[in-house]
Amino acid sequence: MAETLHQITLLVNGIPLQAEVPARRLLSDCLRHDLGLTGTHVGCEHGVCGACTVLVGGVPMRSCLLLAVSVDGEQLTTVEGLAGPDGELSPVQQAFAECHGLQCGFCTPGFLTTITAGLAENPDPSPDQARELIGGNLCRCTGYQNIVKSVLRAAEITRTKSTEADAAASTVLRAAEINHTEQGDSA
Amino acid sequence: MKPSAFEYSRPDSLGAALDLLAEHGSQAKVLAGGQSLIPMLSMRLAAPARLIDINRIAALDYVRTGPAGVRVGALARHAVLERDGSAARCQPLLAAALASVAHPTIRNRGTSVGSIVHADPAAELPAVLSLLGGSLTVASAAGQRVVPAAELFVGPLESSLAPTELAIEAFFPALAQRSGVAFAELSRRRGDYAVCGVAVLVALDQDLRVSSALAGYLSIAATPLVLDLTGPIHGRTFDSDLAPAAALARELVDPEPDIHATAEYRRQLVQVLTQRALRQAARTAAGAD
Repeated sequence: MAETLHQITLLVNGIPLQAEVPARRLLSDCLRHDLGLTGTHVGCEHGVCGACTVLVGGVPMRSCLLLAVSVDGEQLTTVEGLAGPDGELSPVQQAFAECHGLQCGFCTPGFLTTITAGLAENPDPSPDQARELIGGNLCRCTGYQNIVKSVLRAAEITRTKSTEADAAASTVLRAAEINHTEQGDSA
Repeated sequence: MKPSAFEYSRPDSLGAALDLLAEHGSQAKVLAGGQSLIPMLSMRLAAPARLIDINRIAALDYVRTGPAGVRVGALARHAVLERDGSAARCQPLLAAALASVAHPTIRNRGTSVGSIVHADPAAELPAVLSLLGGSLTVASAAGQRVVPAAELFVGPLESSLAPTELAIEAFFPALAQRSGVAFAELSRRRGDYAVCGVAVLVALDQDLRVSSALAGYLSIAATPLVLDLTGPIHGRTFDSDLAPAAALARELVDPEPDIHATAEYRRQLVQVLTQRALRQAARTAAGAD
C-alpha cells in the first residue's frame, strides 16, 4: 500500500518552503532530507540530547519529537537562520567562537537555538540560570564550562549591541532634530 | 528509530476529533504534545494505524483559574501552565512540580493533560492530580464524564479511558486556607526521570497544628501512590518534628528495584524527601515562609 503523502509549507528562517511528506516524517528528517537544511543535527532521536532543537514560533522544541505534518504552516528558525543576511555571526554564535563553546560542533546547533530563545526571554541570566537554560542539551566534548561562559558572553554582546544601536538611533534622531531646527531657522 | 507508517487526521473541532475516535478508536492514538508518544513511535513501542492530531483544536488550549481550582485544557503546554500566575496562586503545587517535568524545551511542547493520560508512574502530574484529589474530564461521541484521579490510573502507562475517549480537561483543586504543599524529587541528572519523587499536602487547624498530612509518590509504585501520613503527627505544631510521618511513609511503601536504584535506596529516598517536603509544606501552611 502506497503511503499517503501530505503537502506542507514551512516558513523556515523567513522563507516559505514546501515539501511532500508521509505523516510519519519527523521534522528533523524533513528539514535535513526534504529541505536540505543539514544544519539541524540529529543525535539521539528520542528527545534526550537536544542537538535537533529548532525554534517553532520562536520557542525551542525538539525537531525529532515533532511530526513535520503537525507543524504545517508554522514559522521555524534553524541554526541556518541565526546569522545576519551578510553572514555576520549572531551574538550567541560570536560568543561560542570567542569562548571556545564548541569542539566537534555536533551538538552546537541545538545549543545555539536554545540559547538564542533563552536570552530573548531572559537577557541577563545568572550563571545558575545559564546552566538551567542548557540543562536539556548534551555535549560530549566541552565539559560545558565554556558553554556556560558563552551564554553569559552572548548576553553581554547582546546588551552592548543594543546600547550601540540605541546610541546610533539617538545620533540619527539628534541629526534629524538639528536638521529640522536648521530648516526651521532658514524658513 | 523511525515511526512505522500510519494514517493521519488533524480535526479542527472537538466534535470532529470525537467522531474520528468513535470510528478508529481502538487502532488510533491521540497526538497532543507528543513528547512521550513520538519517542514511543520512533522506537516502535507503539504502532497505531492512525494518529488523531488535536493540535489545531484551539478550544482545548486554555488554563482557567477559579475559586474552586485550576482547569487545564488538553492543549495547554506544561510551560504555559508553569508560568500562569493565577494558577500558581490558586494551587502552588502545579508550578512547583512542573519545574521537574523533563527539560524546559520538552515543557514547551508537552501538554499537562497528555502527561496525565500517558500515566507514566515516573511522571509528576499524575502524582499531583492524585494527591490533590483532582479529576479528568473525558469526552466521546456518546457524551462526557468526569473521572476522579483515584479511578484514573490502572497500571504503568495505562489509564481507565476507553479507546474512543479523549481527555479534554484536568481539574486541580485550589489550595485551602492554612494548607501548604511542597514537591521534592531526586533524579540522576537534572530533568531526567525521578528515582523517587513526592508531593505533599499539609493542612493545619486554627492553632497551627497538623490536622492532615498526605503524600503522593512517583516512581515508587505502578501507579501514583497516595499515603495518609497524618497519624503519627496529628496535633503537632507546624514547626515541630514531623519525622515520624516520614518514617511511616518508609514503612508503607514497597518499591521495585531497577537499574537506577535498589528497593532499599528508594525507601530511604521516600523517608528523606518526605520529611523535607513535609517541613516545607507545614511552614508555608502556617505562613512562616
